[in-house]
Order: sequence, then C-alpha cells, then structure tokens
Amino acid sequence: MFPLEPTFFNIVVTLIGYGLALAGAGFLFRLVGRKVTNNKPYFRDMPGGVAIGFAIGAFAIAWVVYTYIQAQLAEGPAANKYFFFLVAVHGIIIFAVAAYIFRFLGRLIGTEGTKKAFRQMPVTAAFGIMIIVLYAIVSIFAGVIAPYGQEEIVGNANVVPGGDPAMGGDPAYLLGTDQIGRDILSRLIYGAQNTVGIAFVTTCLAFLIGTTFGFLAAVKGGWMDQICSRTVDALMAIPQLIFALLLMTIATAWAGTNNVLVMVYMVIIIAVLDSTRVFRLSRAVGINIVVMDYIEAAKLRGETLPYLIFKEILPNAYAPLLAEFGLRFCFVFLTIASLSFLGIGIKPPLADWGTMVRDLSGFLNYAQFLPLNAALPLMAAGAIALLTVGVNFLVDWMLHRSSGLKE
Amino acid sequence: MNSVLGIILQRLGLGLLTLLVVSVLIFASVNALPGDFAEAILGQGATPEAVASIREDLGLNKNPFSRYFSWLGGVLTGDFGTSFAQANMSSFAGSDTGKGGIESVAAQIAPRFKNTLFLAGVAAAIAIPLALTLGILAALYRNSVYDRAVNVTTLSAISSPEFFLAYILILFLAFLNPILPSLSNIYDGMAFSERLQKTLLPALTLTLAVTAQLMRMTRAAIINLLASPYIEMARLKGISPMRVIVRHALPNALAPIINVVALNLAYLITGVVVIEVVFVYPGIGQLFVDSVKIRDIPVVQACCLLFAAAYILLNLIADIMSILSNPRLRHPK
Repeated sequence: MFPLEPTFFNIVVTLIGYGLALAGAGFLFRLVGRKVTNNKPYFRDMPGGVAIGFAIGAFAIAWVVYTYIQAQLAEGPAANKYFFFLVAVHGIIIFAVAAYIFRFLGRLIGTEGTKKAFRQMPVTAAFGIMIIVLYAIVSIFAGVIAPYGQEEIVGNANVVPGGDPAMGGDPAYLLGTDQIGRDILSRLIYGAQNTVGIAFVTTCLAFLIGTTFGFLAAVKGGWMDQICSRTVDALMAIPQLIFALLLMTIATAWAGTNNVLVMVYMVIIIAVLDSTRVFRLSRAVGINIVVMDYIEAAKLRGETLPYLIFKEILPNAYAPLLAEFGLRFCFVFLTIASLSFLGIGIKPPLADWGTMVRDLSGFLNYAQFLPLNAALPLMAAGAIALLTVGVNFLVDWMLHRSSGLKE
Repeated sequence: MNSVLGIILQRLGLGLLTLLVVSVLIFASVNALPGDFAEAILGQGATPEAVASIREDLGLNKNPFSRYFSWLGGVLTGDFGTSFAQANMSSFAGSDTGKGGIESVAAQIAPRFKNTLFLAGVAAAIAIPLALTLGILAALYRNSVYDRAVNVTTLSAISSPEFFLAYILILFLAFLNPILPSLSNIYDGMAFSERLQKTLLPALTLTLAVTAQLMRMTRAAIINLLASPYIEMARLKGISPMRVIVRHALPNALAPIINVVALNLAYLITGVVVIEVVFVYPGIGQLFVDSVKIRDIPVVQACCLLFAAAYILLNLIADIMSILSNPRLRHPK
C-alpha cells in the first residue's frame, strides 16, 4: 500500500496523492463516458462529486479484490498479515448469504403474518432477527452446547488455539485455554448466557420502573408528574456511565467481597439510570394517549388506575415501546460490557465477554505471528458488537416502518 | 434583543441550578458509603482515638449540611480536597515529610483534564467536518448505494462497543501495519507533532464513534427540510442539487445540527473513559476509573462533578445556540 517508508509524514502525503489521483480518475471517467455514449444526459449532467464517488467506489472494490488475491497467494508468515482481512471478508459474505437464506426461509415458513413481515423487510433486518434468534438459542442452551463448564479448570494453562498439537494446541480445546487453564470456547458460550442474560434482566427492570412511573405521570399529571419529571431531569444531568461508575464505587463498598451482591447492585443501578430514558418516552407517548376520547370514556366508566394503564394505554403505546426496548437493551448491554471491561461489574469465576476482552487483550501483540491468539480478544468483543449491531438493524427497520415510510 | 438576553440568563440560571442539584446528588451518594473518610484513610488497624482525631481535623463530626456547604465552598475556590491514595502514601512516608509531599486533587486533575481536552479536541477536529460532509452527501444521494453503504457502516459503528473499535484500529494500524503507536504515553513538554501522533489512534477511535451519530443526525435534519415548499421552489428554479442543499437547506438545518454537535461533544468528554483506559492515555477518564477501583472518594467526587459540569455546559450551549438560530424561539409568543 505504501511504497515509501511508513512514517507519519509520508502517509499523509500518500493519502493526499491518492485523493488527487481519484479526483482525476473521476473526471476522466465522466469525460470518457460522454465521448463514448455521445453525450448522454446521464453523463452530461453528472456532478463532479458523483464522478469522483464512482472512482472512489471502483478503487475500494479494486483494492479489496487485489488484497484478497494477495492474501490467497501469500504463504507462511506473510499470510498472517492477511489473516484478519480474510476473516472479515469471509465473515461479511457468510453473514450476508445466511441473512438472505434466512429471509427466504422466513417467507416460506410460518404464519401469514410473519411471512408478510419477511416479504417486506430489508436484508439487514433479517440479519438482525437471525442474530437475535442465534444468541437466544446459544444463551438458553449454553450448558448443552459448551464442551466444558465455565469455571472448570480443564487442562494446562495457555494452550494455543487452533487445536494443532504441532503448534502447541490441543484438539480437545479448539480455542485453547486461558491463563488458569479454562476452556476459552466454553467461556465464550457461557458468556452469552451471563452477559446477555444480565443485560436482558436489567432492561426488563428498567422498563418496569420507567413505564410504570411514565404512565403514572401521564395519567395523574400535577404534582406526581412534577416530582417524577424533575427527579429524572436531575438523574439525567450526570453522564450515565460516569454516574454508574460513581454508584458502583459505593455499591462495591457496601457489598464487600460478596460478588453476587455486587452484580445485583449493578443490575439495580443500571436499571434505575436507564429507566430515566424509558420514563421520558413513556410519559411523552402516554400524554398523547391520555387526551384521547376512549380514555375519557374509560374514566367516566369508573375504571381503576391499573386498568387504565394496562388495558387502555399500554396496548396503544406498544410499537414505540418495543423499538425503545431494543435500543435500551443495546445501551444496557454496552454499559454492562464497558463496566466489566473496566474491571467493575460482572465478577470473575463467571464468564463474561467484557472481562474476557480485557484479560485476553494482551494477545493482540502477537498479531504478526499467532493471528489466532490475537483473534481471541476480538472474538469476545465481536460477540458483543454482533448482537448490538443485529438489534440495531432490526430496530432501525421497525422505526422506519412505524414512521410511515417517509422518504 | 432584551428577550434573548432574558432567555439566555434564564437558561444559565437553570444550568447553575442543575449543577447545584448534581453536586447534592454526588455528595449524598458518597455519604451513603459505609464508614467515613477517617476510617478509610486509617484502614484496618484504626484505633478509635485516631479516628476521632481525624474526624475532628476534617470536620467529619459536624452534621451533613455544614459538611456539604464547606465542600461546596472548597470546590468553588478550586479546592477539591486531598486524594486518599496520596494521603495514604504520605502516612507511610512518615509525618515529617509534611504537607508538601501531598498533591491535592486539583493538582492531580488539572494536567489530566488538559490532556482529555486535547484528545477530545483532536477527535472533534476530525469528526465534525467529516460527519457534516458525509451527512450532506448522504442526504443529497439518499436511497442510493452510497447512502445505504454509509447507513449500514455508521449503524454498525454506533452499536459496537468502543473497545471493539479501539482494538480493531490497534490491530490494523499499530500491529499489522506499524504506522501509529498503540499506547499513548503523553507527558509534559512533548513536541506538538509527537503528541499529535500519539493521540491520533485514540482520537480516531472516538471519531469513529462520534462521526456515525453526527452524520446520521445531519442527514435526518436535512432530509426533514427537503420536504419543505421553499426547497421545492428552489428546485423548480433549476438550481443544482448541491446548491439547494448548501444555500437553502443547510442554513435552516443549522439549529438541529449545532444541537447535535454540542451533544456529541458532551459525549466526547464523557465517552473518553473506556478509550483512555484502552490506550493508557493519561486523561481524566483513566484517573476516574483508577480512583473508582481503589475507592479514592475525593478524586471520584471531583471527576464526577467535572464531567457533569462539562456535560451540563455543552447541553446549555446547545440549548442557547438553537434558540439564537431560530427566530421563532427567539421571539416567543
């Protein structure tokens, strides 16, 4: 990529050079297009930016293909350099194909309703559903899928991943073992149960608190609304991760060495902090619903407050709340992962992705020589990213659909 | 013009009030700690007499209200107290080293806060122009291949945890192609170019996280405007699409965009925590995490207040800017 010595200055110069070359290529492309097609409007009216865009796109595709061929041709230590590139390319292709197949199957199998939904959705949303189903299966059946227990010390410490005895691996431990001899594959699988499970429980709790108070504030109004809203304002004035860290300091002091208690406190703290956002949304949605005539009618019928909230408001606030649930889950999941990554939160013997990333991150240094080892921390981090990306893709489509497909 | 000044003063007052409430919240949560500062400083082998004398010294035997106000008074004059870790170290060293050896929290925080601001500044300098350009282009060529590719990429960048982005950048830019250093050991008196080079990788990670959000908001703001009648009119006049966006849509989209920029800057200030830890960048976020781990309460308190103040200030700026750029808000009925 860089013919010159890779110093900072040379790279900047090279990048500028590439930019100018691409701009030139774009204008050349438009010029040639005009000449060849005898000044067709498509080329004649093409803005310069679009022409350069075509050049950049073509260059990017050419670069990926070129690097891919290089990667296939490279052998021995030189191939290590391309390992991650190949994994990324293959991963994207495999997931894209799988999502297409999943959507195709979804259109064939299921009830009329789900078939219709699958016919309408873009492939990214199908990808999201596929990922969520996959993670749900893995986390529920972690005990069956994982070859070993999460706290079980199965063999030697630091067995190299790959399962090749010649390289210092062991076929019994496909991804090797960690610094005290626990099977990393099993811990990754159990991580789905622990990390996702805890995030899910936390999100449910946040929704329970947030929607209850939000709807109460919407229905009751007056001082109830004022107290709830001002409390939420105050809580939201401190950045969430910072506040969570502050409260976790106090929680760990209270819990002492009791790790289970620390996690219970963490769930409560994050749920309360996140419920502020849920409160805002459900109050806003609720206020719009409360002024409807059917609520008036229900009130005149003498219905109780729980009936109003659960039977009249909740069903009508379902769509925005569901989308918010997806988003909240992502935020909670990322917050918990970040806390664990920082060493506060889900505590050791339990397998957890955030903690695993931190513990294994040292292997990244070996990227040139032992790419599989270096891939371990990225696997744990990628497991987190894959789920949040999937959920976000799905939520994006749901929001787009509920906004009435404008633009 | 008077009404504008009035509104701004009102917002400023509200901001100060929020900050006051936040300080009460922080103080109250720290007071919920079991034991108190005296026991924490002396540790396990504290004799009741020693605890009592330290309580006397620090005024811990007073009631919470007067303690809160003396803390607040100290904060207002720039005195955040003494860090526990530093206090412990000086007690190991013996009392004859005197007060001179103990660094106050303020002295500990100040250089790190500068570093964090530098990191956030570099990230913002890359992210804001990049995001605005990408966002405008995405709005211009919406529903094209470009728009979809950018949409998928930014959505993935937003949803990934920061440490994932950070490690991927480290992998490709530091280990596989040794272009940038993977650790940011910044110190005082460093040449600017070297400092910039060491800050670039964390700044790029922050840029990835922020650009995505900023770009999507810019795109949404401009697309919302493109449905207005005056844009239709401009198109019918035969102006080029780029001119329609830059001359007609952008000035009106400025308010939401400034708002988003300010909010994302707030994110930059607070989102640095994880990234500073990954890159061992000597900023305030790393100090905060370290202090949380060893429960160094005065430092935690001070960092928390500082983060909250920055967050509130940027939100306030966003608020005021959007009022100033919108005549309808400037002259409320």
